[in-house]
Amino acid sequence: MERAVVLKGITKRFPGIVANDGIDLEVKKGEIHAIVGENGAGKSTLMKILAGIYQPDEGEIYIFGKRERITSPGRAIELKIGMVHQHFMLVDRFTVLENIILGAEKRAGITIDEKNSRKMIEELLSLYNFSLDLDARVEEISVGQAQRVEILKVLYRGADILVLDEPTAVLAPQEVKELFVNLRRLKEEGKTIIFISHKLDEVLEIADRITVLRRGRVVGTVMPSEVTKEELARMMVGKPVFMKLEKASVPTGEVLLSVKDLVVKESTGKTVVNGVSFEIRGGEIYGIAGIEGNGQKELAEAILGLRQISSGQVTICGRNAGNLSVREIRDLGVAFIPEDRHRQGLILPMKVWENMVLGFHRKKEFLKGRSLNLKAIRKFAEKKSEEFLVMLSSIEQSIEGLSGGNQQKVILGRELSREPEVIIASQPTRGLDVGAAEFVHKELLKKREEGKAILLISADLEEVLSLSDRVGVIYNGRITAEFKPEEVTLEDIGVYMLGGEVKAGEGA
Amino acid sequence: MFLAELLASSLRMAVPILLTALGAVFTERAGVVNIGLEGMMIAGSFMGALGSYYYGPYFGLLLAMIAGLFMALIHAVNTVTFRVDQIVSGVAINILAYGGCRFLSLAIFKMATTSPRVSGLPKIDIPGLNIGFLKPLVSGVSPVIILALLLVPVSSFIINRTVFGLRLRSVGENPLAADTLGIDVFKMKYAGVLISGALAGLSGAYLALEHTGMYVEGMTQGKGFIALAAMIFGNWEPVGALWASLLFGFSEALSFRVVEGGAIPYQFIKMIPYVLTLAVLTGVVKKSTAPAADGVPYERGLK
Ligand SMILES: Nc1ncnc2c1ncn2[C@@H]1O[C@H](COP(=O)(O)OP(=O)(O)OP(=O)(O)O)[C@@H](O)[C@H]1O
Ligand SMILES: [Mg+2]
Repeated sequence: MERAVVLKGITKRFPGIVANDGIDLEVKKGEIHAIVGENGAGKSTLMKILAGIYQPDEGEIYIFGKRERITSPGRAIELKIGMVHQHFMLVDRFTVLENIILGAEKRAGITIDEKNSRKMIEELLSLYNFSLDLDARVEEISVGQAQRVEILKVLYRGADILVLDEPTAVLAPQEVKELFVNLRRLKEEGKTIIFISHKLDEVLEIADRITVLRRGRVVGTVMPSEVTKEELARMMVGKPVFMKLEKASVPTGEVLLSVKDLVVKESTGKTVVNGVSFEIRGGEIYGIAGIEGNGQKELAEAILGLRQISSGQVTICGRNAGNLSVREIRDLGVAFIPEDRHRQGLILPMKVWENMVLGFHRKKEFLKGRSLNLKAIRKFAEKKSEEFLVMLSSIEQSIEGLSGGNQQKVILGRELSREPEVIIASQPTRGLDVGAAEFVHKELLKKREEGKAILLISADLEEVLSLSDRVGVIYNGRITAEFKPEEVTLEDIGVYMLGGEVKAGEGA
Repeated sequence: MFLAELLASSLRMAVPILLTALGAVFTERAGVVNIGLEGMMIAGSFMGALGSYYYGPYFGLLLAMIAGLFMALIHAVNTVTFRVDQIVSGVAINILAYGGCRFLSLAIFKMATTSPRVSGLPKIDIPGLNIGFLKPLVSGVSPVIILALLLVPVSSFIINRTVFGLRLRSVGENPLAADTLGIDVFKMKYAGVLISGALAGLSGAYLALEHTGMYVEGMTQGKGFIALAAMIFGNWEPVGALWASLLFGFSEALSFRVVEGGAIPYQFIKMIPYVLTLAVLTGVVKKSTAPAADGVPYERGLK
């Protein structure tokens, strides 16, 4: 069997940390090779070395048997290696089309041959059953769509080796199915796929072989038929992980968050949230399930005051929040875990400890007179990093140097430790490894037991169903159905998420 | 007649702002802020006069553009290669230009602040339109004015339609994304900065050769900065920069006319273009959007 990629003794050091420590890896041509490991295990770093973004400090790379030095992303593209990054590499203000062709433009003289580019992309779209508006600006499309743009970028360049860094983290179950269909087709075409995911079920389903990394080293390579999910998790973490959640019964308190007939419009006049109503009491988790881009993001932002409300009412802890500023709403005791941590929630070039108190830096405990009490803030950040198991070399590090999952933990640490009354959690475990996700789930349940109201927005159906007391399905800006999780099956919810109706229980 | 003359004069005043603003569009779309444009105009005005004095106006224009390019190269090396703060480098270039021109002027012309009179390009009459009311607008026009106006659609085409333009813009918006697609981020940034330098040099030469017929110290009068304002007002688009430059040119032309009236102290009248610049910047900036990575140095492998 031909080997598409062979890595020998790859080592990559960052200040204070060895991200990859003598990694050996073999990927066969035409296989789907999954790489799993905890947050910060070094998966993305290894892939970025393959994509020419980082240079290894030691080690050798062979592509189809030939020793190569991948000195730049351009060289990786020449070698037909294409990478879909964990965090999108898109130009927000460009159109979808421009993003896809950028760097590999079809030319007509000095100008861009738009007609031919479009034709070629449309062929790809129909081949892989993608639907995308090529003229939409990327800043306007949903995360799921952005992800498709990234995959198309790679396919458009004719890559033979595809590296997908957590491609399913942002997708709904149906979209994951579609993606897998496409991955299998690509595999049949003879392409080689390296696939990173924290969702072990997915990995077991799609992969031909699985390599496990822990703290920058290879723990082992296994076949999916040989291991169970629990064993895989154990290999990753180095100790057993319990995958079942214990949900205590909690008496519910007063209504802390109430949304009534909420309507939110885009600046273009398009209605994105269309008459949503629900109430959440203390001690309750209200889950909103739905495919990305059905108004979840706008709903959360409207509650937080980041978006203008067109009509309807938001009441937080008994106060009308409609005219309050974000700061006033936050001061009412609202915690927010945003779905896209790079656009909201973090300031990437700033240090870990700065990010740890952002937005709460005016609290008395962090002030000394009128200036910041840096000592107290640093101490707080140290404590929270430890408590939330953030893997870092120091809190002085800028947050962009942290792995994706660890960035998420910083947000959680900040938001959950501020004694919120209402928690808006958008995709809170996106990108987290099994251990960390379990930790977040426990934290959310703990807050529930403490009598807080929690709005959980997630595309991960299992997460929604296992945590929530009630689940609403959002489609096209409306809540089209509401259930208790024990009353409903995954399939039913799936149908509602796609805009269908389940007729069961209705008289003829 | 008065109106046509006012318009003609507005256009003449607008051209140096326009040329530099077009240059600013190129550098800022590539993500490099260049407040050294003022200095590059100064260098252009001196070198333009110098070139014209010895070898005629065409050589003057060429020399001015080379001077602008050279200064821009310094800025690019500073900010793109060594990631020096872009404002600091720009300020340094302005000081360098000011001092350098004074020094060279003393050394070559034996006068610190002015050059001898130098010749400009032959003026042209645009045929066919030379009738009555339009006369001031179309007769005795500097070829540079025509060139500048032609550069507006040309720049717009380059930035918005060509492969080069797409890549240039991508680097100003998200250099990391561009880099991962194999685009040479540094090369594109250099290109943007160098184009801005050449255009600012040309603009300075226009002032010396076509406007006053000599180099005078400080003759740019902050037009490099006004050009930056025009670029912002024009929302980082060449066509927008044209309208904004015309507005600033008009206000300047107006200030000259009103001085002749004499009712208001002329110092106040002279302030009009600058007050307008401030007003525009405070009023408009909110609505216009800079390239997302404008002013941010790029280094691979940070994320
Ligand atoms: N540019 C950088 N500068 C400093 N440290 C870095 C940098 N990039 C990564 N690291 C560190 O290297 C380690 C590995 O990071 P990497 O992003 O490869 O992890 P990962 O396995 O992809 O994790 P996740 O599942 O959270 O995405 C982490 O500890 C991270 O903090
Ligand atoms: Mg990663």
